[in-house]
Amino acid sequence: MAKAPEAYVTGVGQSEVGVRLKRHPMLLTVDAIKEALSDAGLTIGQIDGVSTYPGKSPGFLGFSPVGADELIDTLGIRARWFAGGAEISSQLGAVVAAVGAIRLGLARHVICFRTVYEAAAMADPVNYPSRFDGGRVSGMQQWELPFNAISAAIWIGQYAERHVRKYGMTREQLAQIALTGSANAMLNPCARAITKKQLTMDDYMTARMICSPFCLWDCDRFTDAATVLIVSAEDALDEVKATPVRIASYAGSAHRHNWDQEEWVAAYHTGPEIWRHTDYRVEDVDMVQLYDGFSFNAITWLEGLGFCDWGEGHHFIDGGSRIARDGQLPLNTNGGQLGAGRLHGFGFAHEAVVQLRGEGGERQVPRDPKVAIAASGGGPMATALLLARD
Amino acid sequence: MPADWQRMLPQLDQDNRDFWTGGEHGELRIRKCGDCETYIHPPRPVCHKCLSDNVVAAAVSGLGTVDTCVINYQQWMPDMPVPFVVARIALDDAPGIYVTSNVIGCPVESVQLGDRVRVTFLNQEEVWIPLFEKIGSDDGPEGN
Ligand SMILES: [Zn+2]
Repeated sequence: MAKAPEAYVTGVGQSEVGVRLKRHPMLLTVDAIKEALSDAGLTIGQIDGVSTYPGKSPGFLGFSPVGADELIDTLGIRARWFAGGAEISSQLGAVVAAVGAIRLGLARHVICFRTVYEAAAMADPVNYPSRFDGGRVSGMQQWELPFNAISAAIWIGQYAERHVRKYGMTREQLAQIALTGSANAMLNPCARAITKKQLTMDDYMTARMICSPFCLWDCDRFTDAATVLIVSAEDALDEVKATPVRIASYAGSAHRHNWDQEEWVAAYHTGPEIWRHTDYRVEDVDMVQLYDGFSFNAITWLEGLGFCDWGEGHHFIDGGSRIARDGQLPLNTNGGQLGAGRLHGFGFAHEAVVQLRGEGGERQVPRDPKVAIAASGGGPMATALLLARD
Repeated sequence: MPADWQRMLPQLDQDNRDFWTGGEHGELRIRKCGDCETYIHPPRPVCHKCLSDNVVAAAVSGLGTVDTCVINYQQWMPDMPVPFVVARIALDDAPGIYVTSNVIGCPVESVQLGDRVRVTFLNQEEVWIPLFEKIGSDDGPEGN
């Protein structure tokens, strides 16, 4: 049997990133697709697969206003394979699904996309009604919402506060995720709608508290944008002009799928899994782009992926120099979601590819990086991609 | 019970009804496997340990320990009283089970990991929401 073809990211694109954008969310999606096609040197006629997370979300359209089905129809994509759904291992699970399709020979060039429109939707309740309609709650939400635990800040906060009270994490240590993101965002022209001025430790320490241990700067904010990655088969690389980046390993594990029955979130199960499918080791990683919808998520990823021991992540980032752009392990070099907006998982993979190609401009990390990890998700949701320019 | 507000209530169904209505009888009811005695929460129609579908609702003592907790300051909805504590409670006699709830009846800053707590119930419509109070606390009833 022939060896399954490897999967590569061959094009990346992003729409304008803003807060309360007026542009139609399908058009934002198409903006990002056009940029990714141009980057890859492909035409829409060469695309034969589509993958997205979480699919169109009618309950709260701003969370996901565009589905794979509508996109296929809108652009006349002749899809041989497609998928869009929320019950996968988190946002970048859509990329893992595309890798599976590529390796099985079901598609050659897959558009993977995530469009977010939450800021615009909140400002336009006529076209985008609120998700809270006063009705009864069911499913996983019933174990949180009746206790006023309405926001993921509370669900993630439970794990973060355990790090504070059991393992001694200080606010100054936690702050390093937001401070690093802000410093990097200042060098990212696409982050200007989110980060206008560099965050200082004093700003952080005096900020309004949201939910312990999180202050305002530990929480990402609603953003409007579309992000696209084109994933292509190894045997289709001769059709592509951009430097391909190999998806060298990938994992998305969950043990108990809920927010409160586990001691360690899904990142801790996913991290070890990614190293089972590759010869690369944790020491080979040149940079990490780790989910920071809440600052603490990035710490769970550092621990879960094995960069430090469980319960020790706050020591690893203490002082911030290790994770700075010129440090030993640069983190969230575009600003992350805290600094560059809630692109919801896809921004981390986009930035990893940009950096591995050496196209980061002012924010490019030094030392010609070749291996990066992009990770999405928090709580029971976790996906990690190991990306390599080899 | 301090003044509360209209909370978001669960849609009752065949799996969760015992949990959300046991308070009417003063009982915190957690599902349990009738064959291997494993506690099952959130309630499912089958045991995750032995795959038996002989599951029953069992009244537990309602005593527990704070496993982790946060102080929430943000008013997420109009009229929502803040600040409040959300805690994950490890139940004494349902090993391996946590219940997310609120610790009420004490200053929010006073709740610590390891605090001993006891269930109390807040009735809204036909739902009895299990909340927890510290045991042996002399902090008084003010605050939430
Ligand atoms: Zn059993």
